[in-house]
Amino acid sequence: MAGERVSGLSSLLAGVWEFVVGDDWRMAAGVVLALGATALLASAGVAAWWVTPLAVLALLGLSLRRAGGG
Amino acid sequence: MSGAEIGLLLSVFLACAVEAVEALTIVLAVGTTRSWSSSLTGVGAAALALAAIVAALGSAVTALPIGVLRVVVGGLLLTFGLQWLRKAILRGAGVKALHDELGIYEAEAEAALAASRRGDGFDGYAFAVAFKGVLLEGLEVVFIVLTFGANQHHVRPAAAAAGVAVALVILAGVAARAPLARVPENTMKFAVGVMLTSFGMFWGAEGAGAHWPGGDAALLAIVPLLALAALGTVSLLRASAARSEPVVQASSGR
Repeated sequence: MAGERVSGLSSLLAGVWEFVVGDDWRMAAGVVLALGATALLASAGVAAWWVTPLAVLALLGLSLRRAGGG
Repeated sequence: MSGAEIGLLLSVFLACAVEAVEALTIVLAVGTTRSWSSSLTGVGAAALALAAIVAALGSAVTALPIGVLRVVVGGLLLTFGLQWLRKAILRGAGVKALHDELGIYEAEAEAALAASRRGDGFDGYAFAVAFKGVLLEGLEVVFIVLTFGANQHHVRPAAAAAGVAVALVILAGVAARAPLARVPENTMKFAVGVMLTSFGMFWGAEGAGAHWPGGDAALLAIVPLLALAALGTVSLLRASAARSEPVVQASSGR
């Protein structure tokens, strides 16, 4: 019974992980870092709009390379 | 209606249509091979669960301050959009196999026939597979409707666009009585991936405190530039794949 509960919980957590993060966790981590860097630069009064586009291109390129497309 | 609002409705419509096609394949497979009544009960139960999730999350999401909402939603849309775009690029370049609705239908139908069955009454297998299929595909749509809608204060039009997409897919499925294998799923996923990623970049950066040159008009540059970059990547990968042996994987995922 307890084993089934643990299995159900891990299955649920795995589903949430797959739903939010997907195949490549590094892309999700990179998004968090990029938004953090944007917030830091913006709070220092520096124009920071360019951070996310650069991050997207870099993250996508690296992820495609890891997937065997590069 | 502004360009951003049209983009919102189009993205929701396309995303919802793609997910509905995938859910329809699963429901058709278990409905045809096992039990229509149990499968449709599963669909109804999943629809109720999705409605409950929308009610619970919708009010919570819309209650967030706009700055927090934009950075959280922007970040989620970015991670989500990048996943869609990555898969669409890999499939467009031939590195990953295209989503094959007929193949998935046949695999689901085969598994449904092989699963054990008790009596002639309620079919738990058909119910569970239909429920899970509709819930999982529906969750993505709920997420997109809520995030896009909440950010632009247009949850109702976004939900209406989703509803129209589902209705059209159901009508097409009933008319065809078969999986909708001819729907250009990868092109639709590519478009949705570009839109989700573009809006995610825009809102995420704004929520983090950055200001885009030109304000909202920046989206008119972000969307086409990202689309061009993604299309260019597909061409590069195709050329690269043509030089080496293609790696084609069987795919039953999103």
